[in-house]
Amino acid sequence: MAIPENLGSEFRRFLGFMASEMRPKGKLLTPFNIISVPIILLGLGILVVRFTKGLGSVTNLSQDFPWGFWIGFDVITGVAFAGGAYIITFVVYVMRKERYHPIVRVTVLNGLLAYIFYAGALTLDLGRPWNIINPIIGNEFGYNSVLFLVSWHFMLYMMAEFVEFSPVVAEWLGWKRVRGFLDSLTLAAVIFGITLSTLHQSGLGALYLMAKPKIHPLWYSEFIPILFLVSSIFAGLSMIIFEGTISHRVFKDQIDPKKHHTFEEIVFGLAKGAAIAMFVYYFFKALIFIHEHHWTLLNDFWGFWYLVEILGFVLVPCFMFAYAVRHRRLGVVRVAAVLTLVGIVLNRLNISVIAFKWDAPIKYYPSWQEIVVTLMVVFAEIWVFRWIVLRMPVMREAHETPTSHSPAIEAPPLRT
Amino acid sequence: MKRRDFLKAAGVAGAALAGGPAEAEQPADPIEFAGVLVDTTRCIGCRSCEKACSEEHDLFVPDIANDNALAAERQTSETQWTIVNRYETSKGEVFVKKQCFHCWQPACAAACLTNAMYKTTNGPVIWRPSKCMGCRFCMVSCPFDIPKFEYHEWNPKIQKCNMCFERLQEGKRPACVQSCPTDALMFGMKRDLMEIARVRIYNHPERYVHKIYGEHEVGGTGWLYLSAVPFEEIGLRTDLGTTPYPEYTRDFLYGVPLVLFGLPALLLGLNLLSGDDDEA
Repeated sequence: MAIPENLGSEFRRFLGFMASEMRPKGKLLTPFNIISVPIILLGLGILVVRFTKGLGSVTNLSQDFPWGFWIGFDVITGVAFAGGAYIITFVVYVMRKERYHPIVRVTVLNGLLAYIFYAGALTLDLGRPWNIINPIIGNEFGYNSVLFLVSWHFMLYMMAEFVEFSPVVAEWLGWKRVRGFLDSLTLAAVIFGITLSTLHQSGLGALYLMAKPKIHPLWYSEFIPILFLVSSIFAGLSMIIFEGTISHRVFKDQIDPKKHHTFEEIVFGLAKGAAIAMFVYYFFKALIFIHEHHWTLLNDFWGFWYLVEILGFVLVPCFMFAYAVRHRRLGVVRVAAVLTLVGIVLNRLNISVIAFKWDAPIKYYPSWQEIVVTLMVVFAEIWVFRWIVLRMPVMREAHETPTSHSPAIEAPPLRT
Repeated sequence: MKRRDFLKAAGVAGAALAGGPAEAEQPADPIEFAGVLVDTTRCIGCRSCEKACSEEHDLFVPDIANDNALAAERQTSETQWTIVNRYETSKGEVFVKKQCFHCWQPACAAACLTNAMYKTTNGPVIWRPSKCMGCRFCMVSCPFDIPKFEYHEWNPKIQKCNMCFERLQEGKRPACVQSCPTDALMFGMKRDLMEIARVRIYNHPERYVHKIYGEHEVGGTGWLYLSAVPFEEIGLRTDLGTTPYPEYTRDFLYGVPLVLFGLPALLLGLNLLSGDDDEA
């Protein structure tokens, strides 16, 4: 029979292809590798201690601060940064704005990896991670828990994003018919993914609704879920601008030089969107501030700190985006994107750590081990990102059938 | 004490988590929550309850002969489910026992995504180890900061007072109540305890502030406190409001199905409307 033979040879071809793809591409001794490898190894060592001696052995968590940097930064902030994927898939697949098509793949990949790594970092923080299957397999459903909703949505959203990204994998493997099928799933996955994102971006804020007496009144609001949702829009857009700027330099060999101009146009479009979203957010913040009569709270450190966040890292970058779009200043867009990202970090950490139990006698600050593990997660994500970008048609236009792939793309030397 | 009623309530297996007083007043087989009345005017600070609690639950047993522990205000911990604090108040020295309040609508149980933290039908809020994944969302949510986590264990547990759930099932009183030499602690159904507390205030209006802590706080708690001085003076928070804490997330959770089904329809509509003109 012919089919098994064909299958056999196809399988052998596949194995050979995978083996060639597994080999490292590019130089091994780059500055990024020299910094990231020791940190990843150190992080793994810390995790061994964490899982044998308990969370307290490596973190500064306490009975007063049950959630620290791993939740506040890795999960809460990381997921906001990953918001770009649902925005861009909305623009391209739902609104059919083809102008943004060139960045869909890389944005979805970034989103998918961010969820795998940053939401995955959640498991490092669980005291009894082996019971994580309980809410999934239906052993125990805590329907009334916001965290139940958020964890399910994380899981489903990762699947939706994988479906969105899967045509790229099929293209890489040369599976034409599979790719056609996966392409047909995209719109459904996108709509499902946007819905899930709306709910869990806001859900992350809703986690703090019951912590009402613990969060400084300038940051606590019954509208935290909406504020988290709106801020995830400009957090995601700024992250695309930030990451795009870096990866366009690092992976410049992957991109057709003619496309650089297109990318600039895209960046200005994103900046415009970010400016509008930020203004809405600022307006919302102001409404809450006035409605709750918070004037009296401004006259101390916390009031000052609140103004730094709202004026310095929301209003200022908002105007910078608007100015940059009007006067076509790419540099200003980039600075504004960085400021916006800092503002998101500040906002999420304020709610989860800094203004959380602001009056506690002993404040929480992350231990060096918590920071190393966070860096480990970020670096590991970049490693996987680089591995995929150098192999799969993520940034380059590769709609040709890659049957003769392996030697076709020789790895560009990486710069960091 | 209506122990028979209590056992009947305890026997209602698999009954849904009662939503609060409204449901508790259903005529057929009323579910009432048990609680404890703490009369701080009677407490002499002997800390027998601390010792009895720790012995009952195999925790750290404090040396109650040594009064140094009373020097500073303490919190419950992963090794002690209950502690007694001493306060210098406008009416002199007052001792106050602290433990889980066993809210009628507990934030910790609403927060728990595995139902490990669980409001039993007879009142105690208990923690079930086989379900808990150690996310500590209960600790973030509890307005009283009661659940404590074992940070130095590879297999950590959440530690908090369970109102001696096992003893109640055997028809016994909580260990702390049993051990109290001055009747500062009284176990019973909340309805009965409220009546007793009101009678004490009525009979000795000069001895008590005319308020029962726990009657309405955070929607009502199983443990009730009587005091001679305002409750802020004896370490009980009076700024927590009377709204049950799960209410704060209710609106959000009610919105979820709306978004889950409404938004895809909207998105699909937008997608159809935004089709290219030449494509159509």
